[in-house]
Amino acid sequence: MPELDLIGGRDAAWREELRQSVSSRQRTDIPRVVMPELPAEYRITSLTEEVNQGLTQAQAMQEAVRCLDCPNPGCVGGCPVGINIPGFIKNIERGDFDAALAVLRRTSALPAVCGRVCPQEKQCESQCIYNKMGKQPVAIGYLERYAADHGQPAEQAPPVPNGKRVGVAGSGPAGLSFAGAMANLGYDVTVFEALHEIGGVLKYGIPEFRLPNSVVEREIEALRAQGVKFEKDTIVGTTLRPEDIAAMNFDGLFVASGAGLPRFMNIPGENLINIMSSNEYLTRVNLMHAGTPGYATPVYRGKCVAIIGGGNTAMDSCRTARRMGAEKVMVIYRRSEAEMPARIEEVKHAKEEGIEFLTLHNPIEYLGDDQGRVRAMRLQQMELGQPDAGGRRTPIEIPDAIVEIEVDMVIVSVGVSPNPLIPNAFDGLDVTSRGTIAANADTLQTSIAGMYAGGDIVRGGATVILAMGDGRQAAQAMHQALNSANN
Amino acid sequence: MFKIVEKVMFSANVAKLVVEAPRIATARRAGHFVIVIADAKGERIPLTIAEANPERGTITLVVQAVGPSTRQICALEPGDELHDVVGPLGQATKIRQGGTVVCCGGGVGVAPLLPIIQAMKAAGCRVISVLAARTKDLIILENEVRAHSDEVIILTDDGSYGRQGLVTAGVEEVLRREPVDEVVTIGPAVMMKFVSLLTAKYNVPTMASLNTVMVDGTGMCGACRVTVGGKTRFVCIDGPEFDAHQVDFDQMITRLRNA
Repeated sequence: MPELDLIGGRDAAWREELRQSVSSRQRTDIPRVVMPELPAEYRITSLTEEVNQGLTQAQAMQEAVRCLDCPNPGCVGGCPVGINIPGFIKNIERGDFDAALAVLRRTSALPAVCGRVCPQEKQCESQCIYNKMGKQPVAIGYLERYAADHGQPAEQAPPVPNGKRVGVAGSGPAGLSFAGAMANLGYDVTVFEALHEIGGVLKYGIPEFRLPNSVVEREIEALRAQGVKFEKDTIVGTTLRPEDIAAMNFDGLFVASGAGLPRFMNIPGENLINIMSSNEYLTRVNLMHAGTPGYATPVYRGKCVAIIGGGNTAMDSCRTARRMGAEKVMVIYRRSEAEMPARIEEVKHAKEEGIEFLTLHNPIEYLGDDQGRVRAMRLQQMELGQPDAGGRRTPIEIPDAIVEIEVDMVIVSVGVSPNPLIPNAFDGLDVTSRGTIAANADTLQTSIAGMYAGGDIVRGGATVILAMGDGRQAAQAMHQALNSANN
Repeated sequence: MFKIVEKVMFSANVAKLVVEAPRIATARRAGHFVIVIADAKGERIPLTIAEANPERGTITLVVQAVGPSTRQICALEPGDELHDVVGPLGQATKIRQGGTVVCCGGGVGVAPLLPIIQAMKAAGCRVISVLAARTKDLIILENEVRAHSDEVIILTDDGSYGRQGLVTAGVEEVLRREPVDEVVTIGPAVMMKFVSLLTAKYNVPTMASLNTVMVDGTGMCGACRVTVGGKTRFVCIDGPEFDAHQVDFDQMITRLRNA
């Protein structure tokens, strides 16, 4: 297929011409594009306006020129789903944004989402040849977003129904990606969502200033147009008990119920008033629109807010607190900034928005006032020791180095545990010692026949792109199994 | 959308709503609750299922108007719709097979208590129900409770119906009089706290059904967390029922007051 692939193939004549049209020297002399952003002092007044404004057409086409169209592109290997990155970028360079989107769509169900939320600096962009030249990598993420936002999806003949029906538990990135892949293959797909909105973490978790709901809605509408059905307010395992699911006679079920339970640190005072999980805070503000006039859900507006943790959810929480009117917002993280799991861009944006970073500090106790509300936190100061099994240096307590800082709100963002609803409901469903669903690494098949699982309910807490990859992988495996069962 | 097919006002502020929710009506068991959203801009609030009719595809909710959302729900009429109803949620009640059980409910707590009374009775228990409220008008579901109880004791704070006194007086009377295997208590947190202190004195196992603040109700947010036996538990997925003697009611009351 590669040599005949006219839109994505490296051997296509137009691609060869494009490579010859500009010298490598000229390409590498172009500086990396800078993403246009809303100014920090303005954007902290808006919960919904997207900080990154997206590249202009001229910026996108120039950035695409930087890509050297390597014969063995490292970036593709750095992408968890193996997107044909030079293939879509070269289409941007020649100005064919529809074709660029078509290349993305072959491997990614949610390119407009991934272009915005993927940690590119740890994936595709970290493998770009420019890094070896001591230059900044091609802005692959920005270009992905550009193609997704500006390319028109190709007119597709509706898939021929194959007469088989599949169910999906959860409408987050894994569930949506599975649904899209199966609908393309002609399956009749029904997605069950526990919440009252479709989109999972894309709606309740990631704030609009980073991922607008309209972008998520567009993806969901595209799936509806493909015939995918959505049923909200429906919990697989309880609203639909295992026997109800069985009676629905699905040919397969994909469980993508997400990460579930917020972790707390189990330290004294953690149940004081105005200490909450990032899940609670973000759900109130993003999903329930707390703080927007007319909506009934309340949320406390802290003046002096501490966020515990250094991941993307912590960044989303601190920046949301800022937008909710907090005067002082501190991120408390027990290692140093170098070990922080958050995307570099989120940390940069947070700092621009006036968030303070108190690294090498770890909360050990919260103190309350006479009403039971948090008034201060006690932090243990840390230093870095030897690298742990994952390669990150372990934080070690510095004896007697404890500080007390006043706060009126604390948002705990130290990770999540798997939601037990589905594992508890289905007899015979194997789970790991961590409580995640055990699934075959290649097929994502669980211990129950016909049931597959992916995303955070299997991984425990990962990224949108990995969840999406799981959805595609499970779709392929289920399709193969259902076909071979027929033959 | 979830249509309201029947409504009865138990008192000025307490409504019984029968709501179309066929899947929940089939799947629910005693002790389960639902999350309800009144309209597109509404909040998610937990309500315990009082009764269900799988044939008719309905569940019964008893709602006390205490805040804007519950006032809005209580004002709905048959033919109106709730925007969202999701469930059943929580762990079903562990129903004791035989023995003597005292089921004590305060105010609208009697509504979630009713399915437990019914299930305990059906499982062969001797059921003594103690219903308490501030005043006569707030005693609800008396006939339904009587139909499934071996004995019913009613108390009101003002003495306008039954005996004058608090729920604990009724429970203590039974505990003094005869051996009791279990006490089940549902009502305001402060009531459950005093029932729990009382039954601890008599060393009778006691189960309390907690009604805390929740957002999603599926384990995701942790707003409902309580301390039980020194450990943080989530009411929505670990509960709503817990060993009352292990519950930190003072912390729960503080968290509710500030909600």
